[in-house]
Amino acid sequence: MATTESEILAVTGNEAVAEAMRQIDPDVVCAYPITPQTEIVQIYAQFVADGAVETEFVTVESEHSAMSAVVGSAAGGARTMTATSSQGFALMWEVLFIAASYRLPVVMTTVNRALSGPINIHCDHSDTMGGRDTGWIQLYGENHQEAYDNCIQAVRIAEHMDVRLPVMHMLDGYVISGAIGPLQMLHKAQVQEFIGPYRAINPMLDTKKPVTVGPFDGLHGWYFEHKVAQNRAMDRAFKVIQDVADEYAEISGRHYGLLDPYRLEDAEIAIVVVGSTAGTSRMVIDKLRDKGVKAGMVRVRAFRPFPYEAYAQALQHVKVVGVLDRADSFGAQGGPVFLEIRAALYDCDPRPQVLPFIYGLGGRDIFPDNIEEAFAELQKAAQARKPASTERRYLNLRKD
Amino acid sequence: MTVEKKAGAKRPAPLKKPRARKPAHKPKWDISDVNSWGPERHELGAVIIEAGNSTYNETGGWRSLVPIIETEKCDGCMLCYFYCPDSSIVVEDGKAVGIDLEHCKGCGICAKECPTKAIAMQIDVKE
Repeated sequence: MATTESEILAVTGNEAVAEAMRQIDPDVVCAYPITPQTEIVQIYAQFVADGAVETEFVTVESEHSAMSAVVGSAAGGARTMTATSSQGFALMWEVLFIAASYRLPVVMTTVNRALSGPINIHCDHSDTMGGRDTGWIQLYGENHQEAYDNCIQAVRIAEHMDVRLPVMHMLDGYVISGAIGPLQMLHKAQVQEFIGPYRAINPMLDTKKPVTVGPFDGLHGWYFEHKVAQNRAMDRAFKVIQDVADEYAEISGRHYGLLDPYRLEDAEIAIVVVGSTAGTSRMVIDKLRDKGVKAGMVRVRAFRPFPYEAYAQALQHVKVVGVLDRADSFGAQGGPVFLEIRAALYDCDPRPQVLPFIYGLGGRDIFPDNIEEAFAELQKAAQARKPASTERRYLNLRKD
Repeated sequence: MTVEKKAGAKRPAPLKKPRARKPAHKPKWDISDVNSWGPERHELGAVIIEAGNSTYNETGGWRSLVPIIETEKCDGCMLCYFYCPDSSIVVEDGKAVGIDLEHCKGCGICAKECPTKAIAMQIDVKE
């Protein structure tokens, strides 16, 4: 039974995350401000200054230092969080791998923003999509509410003994982070009970049981075995992400899955989207359904680990799937989500056609018309005798 | 740091009293068969969970330079002893008398720090 605070607040996406962090009240936050994540760090610093949280707040001189301090803190035995965006995420790069390989259950909010250049501060997913192989669990949220909910769930997922991997959860820059939307919060006591006390594994600050973290693996060492262990933890994370979501639904009344299908049961054509575009897409799908078009959608929630079997099951009956990527993988057959979906559907018989769409780079608007355009393309492919070309389709691109 | 490149340089004479390197007790964390361990046997994040295992693991194998001590020049200031990152300076009667070659990695800090130039680095000749 849901026991959320009945009040619905109007907040920015950043405020929603800062509030979740306040209720989590981690031992340590090491963070550096960057547009459009700045507000999270700013609000959290205020919480610390006001004594609203017990957190030790470590101000650092860059994101490389932020993630390094996070690794030190988490290895020391503290529940640790941070937040970043875009260039900051890129600057953390090498340390992201270290956090994952040390199996530190850190939680990081990433507010998605384009990577330079040309320099651009608006939303796309090229920052975190580039980080998909860092070994972090990735959860993409759709709106303010999910940014808050994912932040809290991420703590449980990361710290679960079957997982012990860092989790990054995402929200779209500006579209969610800076815009005001509705938020229903839990009570702090509920959040504290949900996440439970922190359990450190082999913490460096336990002087009675001294340990070495991050040793050289030797010339003929065990690197390979450790990488396999990391991937097995990813495999186990599928169940943990779902279990945590189900348990969270009991206290919040809000249900989440590894993926988020919409009107898919009898769909002939469907799109796959990530983030805030899902809201606009639902509206377009409802409109198309009214016209008799059997359109559907899946929104990506967990991207790492990628629930390929669940996608195959969800999309196997669809004739043509259009994957809308808000990031590109230059020189690849399509964007990062396209590549995953196409691989996931390879074993389906009959196999749906999968077409790549790129949209919204550097914050380029995506209008309902653009999504309708994508569905029209899928419909055309569904009716054609020959398979459609798998060249990229660009939505709302200025033409030559 | 001076590196003497004399042809046929000799390794330092063995210590009179080599320090006991095998611990009296068996380590609690037995990694003797680590080469056969699969992914599940390792500690989370490759943590070394027992302190002091270098007493039974030789770690000096990658040395290319070796410190040579002239104990007559040593005035017992102990700087080499304090600076050595591998606790490899052997001290007797307040003076540096030798190097624990099973752990010395040949970094040369001792030679650099020695105020009386009693320590020089030589090319290590492997036997």
